Amino acid sequence: MTNQSCVKIFNEWDIVAARQLGRNVAKELGFGIVDQARITTAISELARNIYLYAGQGQICIEKLYDGGKSGLKIISIDSGPGISDIRQVMEDGFSTSGGLGAGLPGVKRLMDEFSIDSSPGSGTDIRATKWLR
Amino acid sequence: MENLIIKFIGSRKDQLVNDWKEKMKNEADERALRLVSDQVFSGASNEFVEMIISNLKETKEQFNNRLNDFSEKVVRLGWPLHFVTEGLRTFSKLVWEGMQEEKYITEENQMDVIYTFERWMTPLQNDVVDIYSRTWERTVSLQKIALQELSAPLIPVFEGITVMPLVGTIDTERAKQIMENLLTGVVKHRSEVVLIDITGVPVVDTMVAHHIIQAAEAVRLVGAKCMLVGIRPEIAQTIVNLGINLTQFTTKNTLKKGIEAALELTNRKIVKVEGTK
Repeated sequence: MTNQSCVKIFNEWDIVAARQLGRNVAKELGFGIVDQARITTAISELARNIYLYAGQGQICIEKLYDGGKSGLKIISIDSGPGISDIRQVMEDGFSTSGGLGAGLPGVKRLMDEFSIDSSPGSGTDIRATKWLR
Repeated sequence: MENLIIKFIGSRKDQLVNDWKEKMKNEADERALRLVSDQVFSGASNEFVEMIISNLKETKEQFNNRLNDFSEKVVRLGWPLHFVTEGLRTFSKLVWEGMQEEKYITEENQMDVIYTFERWMTPLQNDVVDIYSRTWERTVSLQKIALQELSAPLIPVFEGITVMPLVGTIDTERAKQIMENLLTGVVKHRSEVVLIDITGVPVVDTMVAHHIIQAAEAVRLVGAKCMLVGIRPEIAQTIVNLGINLTQFTTKNTLKKGIEAALELTNRKIVKVEGTK
């Protein structure tokens, strides 16, 4: 699909690459500075989760056109250990790595739509969308 | 067999060089050509061909020196690696075709010539790639050092007040340095207030925030106060969205305001001197 571009996440610098890609696409779609910051921060969180917990995976940025609306979708896919209790990770302050535990719930608040699909042993698939208003 | 090739190249050198240059000019992508003038291109090309030939004639050591010089030059010129390897291939092809035309190659010695070519070109190619990658590695490691030097400076601005301006992405390596420099700096400069300026940090995610909070906590433990300045409006919004709690910090939106507040904290202020023009 031409509307989608992906960055593979292997090390910390790939997080920066993913962020840069997201920022460029967001700029191209006409998102304002605040939304650009929200999108790049969300990508940063998701990419960092891949790097920290799954080791490797990929972040894809997709442009959406739905009728008159356009938007940006972040797809974060890895085949890491997966999440056993999704409700728990969506709670503020829960972290297994001693972090702030604001990552995933934070992403949900930064974006308009958010879905997460994960089970132990089968990796994690997170999709988050921001619509241009 | 090597002698045969040397003899052939020796007799047709100028023509080979010209043919090769012509071919490579078509091959070269615009990037390589735009960067170098015709003169430089032809100079480098001559040297390149000389180098290939010298591999056959000179000792290993002489050749290595030549290769070293040449690779460094080429890297400086910004020739892409694929251009150089393509150049090697093209040259050997030209030599091969020329030798066929001139009947240097016969039915009987064909296989021998092929093997000699193989023995000649393969190490050359390996060497070029090796030197190339080593030159790159050196450049990268130098840049890494340069980057490290600018990664977390601590600047004393007033008695008791120090500033740490952060520019660019913060990764784990840098976060560690920030912490170390901050703590040693606070002790060394006897700072009472430390301002961390994040104007130049493009994204503040939970990890960055976490590192800053930890650094501030550590600064508090050594008896100084930490202030976070340079929070741009969009960063403020993302911090709120993420739900990061920065209430234990004094925060200001610019370094200027931060310094004023820091002076106030240490019971000082900046006044205009009266009576002078």
